[in-house]
Amino acid sequence: MADTRDEVALDGNAIGGLLHEVFGREMTTAVGICGSCGASRQVAEFVVYLDCPGTVARCRDCTAVLMVITRQQDLNCVDLMGLASLTAQG
Amino acid sequence: MEGTAVRGRLTWQTGTVSSVITETADTRTIVFDVPDWAGPGGIKQRAGQHLDVRLTAEDGYSAERSYSIASAPGEPLAITVQRLDDGEVSPYLTEELRAGDQLEVRGPIGGYFVWDGESDPLLLVAGGSGVVPLRCILRHRDRLGVSTPAELIYSVRTGPDVIYRDELGHYRGVELIYTLTREHPPGWTGLTGRVDAAMLGKYAWPAAQDPIAYVCGPTPFVEAVAEALVSLGYPPARVKTERFGATGDVNG
Repeated sequence: MADTRDEVALDGNAIGGLLHEVFGREMTTAVGICGSCGASRQVAEFVVYLDCPGTVARCRDCTAVLMVITRQQDLNCVDLMGLASLTAQG
Repeated sequence: MEGTAVRGRLTWQTGTVSSVITETADTRTIVFDVPDWAGPGGIKQRAGQHLDVRLTAEDGYSAERSYSIASAPGEPLAITVQRLDDGEVSPYLTEELRAGDQLEVRGPIGGYFVWDGESDPLLLVAGGSGVVPLRCILRHRDRLGVSTPAELIYSVRTGPDVIYRDELGHYRGVELIYTLTREHPPGWTGLTGRVDAAMLGKYAWPAAQDPIAYVCGPTPFVEAVAEALVSLGYPPARVKTERFGATGDVNG
């Protein structure tokens, strides 16, 4: 996967480890509903940018920001305001 | 930060490199031993997943990267890494790392880009080092002994860029199609040019056979291939995608 972490759009697979750390479970198959356009997709399908700074996930359909995760010291700060819902599967 | 594995928890563990295999001029497979990997306390490994590697410098600066797992579940753990000249981590992994060295890893990670031995026809489409998780799927298929029909369409710039060439030729029941995007050497009998709807229409399973596709490579490659497959009638949910950021160059 990515080594240089510039402005290349990846996908939600790339933050599987980070999300597992935050939520304590596998989250790339979780289904998120975009609060802006209502599109429903698995997290793996989100458009993801690393080191923006912070990690930003956008809606693949309307590009609205869905999630922002920043790390300060050893704490992850998680903002899910762009999501109408996020439901883990299985 | 390292701790005893708790079931289902993703924890950093120390892996010890057992061997480094040269695959191509800029690609190495790193095999390592992680005592708790997929053990009783670990997370069950599935084909297609990745892991995170963390390197920490003496001054405390650390960098994390994700790499697809190259080994099938049950095999000694391996990743295949391509050196990126301006990369922070891959030059160390491909040039400096030696047997006996240690590194921190956590995983396995991911539940979307995975294959568990289903019988639906498998279409694997790789751009460059995007072949790594697809090789894992093929190894898993082989070890399971299932007869799932499979084909791999593998796009590389030039012939010497093909990773796992000998191994890929040995899988039974797997149709192997190479396409070169940067050269057309004398005597080359494979395809040339980018993977597009015309190529997929000719070589990929027809949508009517209810195939499932796994597409992995640089972002523009994955998006072009996924779009082409959908245009050929593949339902979007049957096209699983994983994007690399390693290069912005279409068709890796």
